[in-house]
Amino acid sequence: MRRAVPRAIAQAVAATLAWLRAVSGDDAYERYLTHHARAHEGPPLDRRAFYEERELRKWSGVSRCC
Amino acid sequence: MNKIAGVLLAAAGAVALGGIALHRQEPINALWIVTAAVCVYALGYRFYAAWVAARVLAVDPSRATPAERHDNGRDFVPTHRWIAFGHHFAAIAGPGPLVGPTLAAQFGYLPGTLWILVGAVLGGCVQDMTILLLSTRRDGRSLGQMARDELGPLGGFAALIGTLLIMILLIAVLGLVVVNAMKHSPWSTATVFATIPVAILVGLHLRRLRPGRILEASLIGVTLVLLAVLGGGWVDGQPLLRGLFDWSSLPLAGFVIGYGWIAAILPVWLLLAPRDYLSTFLKLGTVALLAVAIVMLHPQIRMPALTSFVDGHGPIFGGKIFPFVFITIACGAVSGFHALVASGTTPKLIASEADVRLIGYGSMMLESFVAIMAMIAATLLDPGVFFAINTGAGVVGAAPAAAVHTISSWGFPVTVEQMQTLAHEMGESTLFARTGGAPSLAVGMASIFGNTFGRGLLSVWYHFAIMFEAVFILSTLDAGTRVGRFMLQDLLGHVYAPLGRTSWYPSVLFSSTLIVAGWGYFLYVGVIDPNGGVNILWPLFGIANQMLAAIALSVATGILVKSGKTRYAAVTLVPLAWLAIVTTVAAWQKIVSADPRIGLLAAAHQLSAHLTAGTLPTQAAAVAPQLIFNQRLDAWLTGFFMAVLWLVILDMGRVCLRKLRGLPVAATSEAPYQAARLQPFALSGRLPQEGST
Repeated sequence: MRRAVPRAIAQAVAATLAWLRAVSGDDAYERYLTHHARAHEGPPLDRRAFYEERELRKWSGVSRCC
Repeated sequence: MNKIAGVLLAAAGAVALGGIALHRQEPINALWIVTAAVCVYALGYRFYAAWVAARVLAVDPSRATPAERHDNGRDFVPTHRWIAFGHHFAAIAGPGPLVGPTLAAQFGYLPGTLWILVGAVLGGCVQDMTILLLSTRRDGRSLGQMARDELGPLGGFAALIGTLLIMILLIAVLGLVVVNAMKHSPWSTATVFATIPVAILVGLHLRRLRPGRILEASLIGVTLVLLAVLGGGWVDGQPLLRGLFDWSSLPLAGFVIGYGWIAAILPVWLLLAPRDYLSTFLKLGTVALLAVAIVMLHPQIRMPALTSFVDGHGPIFGGKIFPFVFITIACGAVSGFHALVASGTTPKLIASEADVRLIGYGSMMLESFVAIMAMIAATLLDPGVFFAINTGAGVVGAAPAAAVHTISSWGFPVTVEQMQTLAHEMGESTLFARTGGAPSLAVGMASIFGNTFGRGLLSVWYHFAIMFEAVFILSTLDAGTRVGRFMLQDLLGHVYAPLGRTSWYPSVLFSSTLIVAGWGYFLYVGVIDPNGGVNILWPLFGIANQMLAAIALSVATGILVKSGKTRYAAVTLVPLAWLAIVTTVAAWQKIVSADPRIGLLAAAHQLSAHLTAGTLPTQAAAVAPQLIFNQRLDAWLTGFFMAVLWLVILDMGRVCLRKLRGLPVAATSEAPYQAARLQPFALSGRLPQEGST
């Protein structure tokens, strides 16, 4: 019981951080690498190339609103 | 049983609070409004949204979504529903729900609040969720593509033109809001200027130093812009520097136009993308902070429930409560713009159809709650102060003594000393005639934050709020100009093919210049207008935004009828009918009303009569021809919006009638059923067990 509360707090902090990383796109490259390893052959894009491509794609459609 | 009890409680709460709000003659506490809102949202989400999702949309979790079928690790990525919720909310939440309720507060707190709640639960949230599901079923196609596929080429063209025009009006009016917040305010101007190099630094960090480390770069950027708020205060204290940042509205408008043009032609990674990271963080943080502060402070609402301005002679904008409250508050109740985000980007993230209720309906509920908070921030101010800030010099006179005299004569007492003290507390030289909504919202937010977290920092809170609004207004300006440019290139490509190549630099320059010239023109006229310009531009934007919502709801209704769900068509048909009535009446009045405060043509006529008679002061006479031209142009534009709206509605009616009579209609563009194989996955982002490509 005594250890359950700190553990719950640690889990909540970790979940919030994971959410923030995912929402901001901070972990997008890692997700891409996982996907690439599973589904594709050949070398994946490097981090910078992936980031540039992601930004270009994001800003070529309506991604912000009034 | 537990659920039923909870639901009964929520219903009782909502009814009781509605009653209190309606019948109280004395000032009410903001907490009542917050509680009523939360109850209404809870009921809407638990019952109506669940029913619409299950029965009307027939959401099917066993059906594979495009994110699963086309998973490419880039844009098609099955995403946990709370993460997709965050993405979608960040995309739909802009400055609109902050400005609209502030302006509509001239009618009192009640009309706007009720429309925000009812409009969202029965209209806006339903629109967002429906379009999200329809687009998810169609591989993430855009609203324009769905309109073309399901209704016909006319619908598709209307959606494209409507989007382009609404973008231009939106950017112009938001530009005007920023200009009015910065004019003769060295602190605000210095702070807003400083956000530009900060964004560029963040951009360089993200591209050169540590590619893609978005969280750390954003934290650095947010810290820097917070320091910029303090730095602006320091600049304000230095006589020499102060003069450098003390600009009137015309050069500021020139700066905003130049900024927009440069931002549109620079690579996205340098300015647009990093600015957006800053604005998203500030947005989420400030919204959360504001909610906490309102609950902690639970301020009294000082604005009456209804003011005498419901009869149409309101000083902020002319026009009766019907239809103008429904035009003024678009974002926060129903916003057609959301249909563009809900079709396109977000559907490619949906892991399971079961998530559309949270992501579509839920995000809009939160957006609506932001509008409620803006309403609270506007109405907790002394009404006299609220009107002194938001009324243009053309209505109450440029001299403070004349302005307070007029405003007090409306029954909202205010004194010059009171305004001076307030301006001094906020670190400004004056707060009179700061139209556009941003400054009064900033005063409201500063008093909420100041009274909750320490009054000593009122001026810092005020400029934090201005910076917060400016940062994401400028983000919308960048992103909007870019999207407008793509659409224009798409159109121009039909005339001369190379112009359609989005990466051909001459085409980029040409089309960006055209888009910036479009909104720059409206911004310029708004700035020279002695009535503040917002009174003309905001209703026009509202009409355009509601027209886009009506197009989206027409597409949805058409699809419902075509898929044999005619008996449920009322779910989208009723909000569509309401928006069609509201926009048509508003547009009609804006065009033909004989009252020059409402009718654009009447205003043009009156102004040209004054000009011919030579009764205008020299300064007013110099700009009168441009104002007259603009009022006539706006009248034509309003008429054009109505023509587009009714063409789409009639086209939808035609398709529905053919279907009901058993005649052939265009086949559904829905992707064929494929069984989902994805397992539900955890927030930490564990990837699907059986993913396929």
